[in-house]
Amino acid sequence: MPLSEQQIERYSRHIILEQVGGAGQEKLLSSKVLIVGAGGLGAPAGLYLAAAGVGTIGLVDADSVDLTNLQRQIIHHTSDLGVEKVASARNKMQAINPEVTVETYHIKATADNIRKIIPGYDFVIDGTDNFPAKFLINDACFFERIPFSHAGILRFEGQLITVLPRETACYRCIFHSAPPAGAVPTCSQAGVLGVLAGVIGSLQATEAMKYLLDIGDLVTNALLTYNALTLEFRKVRLNRNPDCPLCGENPQITELTDEEQTICDLNDSKH
Amino acid sequence: MNLIVNGNETNVDGELTVNELLTEQNVKMPEMVSVELNGQILRRSEFESTKLNEGDAVEFLYFMGGGHASERATD
Repeated sequence: MPLSEQQIERYSRHIILEQVGGAGQEKLLSSKVLIVGAGGLGAPAGLYLAAAGVGTIGLVDADSVDLTNLQRQIIHHTSDLGVEKVASARNKMQAINPEVTVETYHIKATADNIRKIIPGYDFVIDGTDNFPAKFLINDACFFERIPFSHAGILRFEGQLITVLPRETACYRCIFHSAPPAGAVPTCSQAGVLGVLAGVIGSLQATEAMKYLLDIGDLVTNALLTYNALTLEFRKVRLNRNPDCPLCGENPQITELTDEEQTICDLNDSKH
Repeated sequence: MNLIVNGNETNVDGELTVNELLTEQNVKMPEMVSVELNGQILRRSEFESTKLNEGDAVEFLYFMGGGHASERATD
């Protein structure tokens, strides 16, 4: 569909970019991105992708806005306390850009439901906080062959990798399976600098847009690590792991299942 | 012996296994670290038996969750 005059004005700073142009903007408008977790990482990703005119954005989150979220989850306001995160996030995204369709899934992502949700999306952003969800997204995207961006943040550090399933190193190539119970501190136990979520979540949105526009080089076969204290980015080169239980030479994971929840206690784990 | 640990040139005394390097580098919870040796991810079961050689590049890759934390779980 050709761009309207209003769209040409709204997206003029994109359209003027040689690598985007009118055709690229039209591509964004017809694209679909799924964000799992409407929290710290999902907040900037959702806001920027909506502003960018990504036509359909899905949000998966079973949680409601809590006072402790507001230090970093900038899509949620104080007036949203107690509101479903997917509804709170949708309101802000549509306030920025009413022409974006926001599909909301007020559910915890599980092996049963995620394979019904992700087909049809062009790209998935993992904005979850827990390892079972991260492995679930990795595995679901592998089976459905949908590229995705993994990210994690903790204390003053963040990490990011984009996975093109069956082509580039996946999350399980690096982290075989979930760590033992209690081994890994969560943000709630260890703390996290709020703005880290903004930095890393924005990078995830950048990767999504590059993939949709087919421009630049994605952070594939490398883990990008960021240290806020030294303000250093490092790209750790990786190869696909022949021992990977999912995409290796002798895969042990042949169907989608839920990993056991292993971090802290998470009796209210949402994904 | 000279190693490159997380991109930094590091000198260590004598021969070390990956496990010993984790201890030497004060990694308190090795179970939250994946180790890449010269571009290949090591199996956890190999940490103890894998000896490091001069010039090896070792990366410690940490499990990180974040994003959407379930804070109330610890209230």
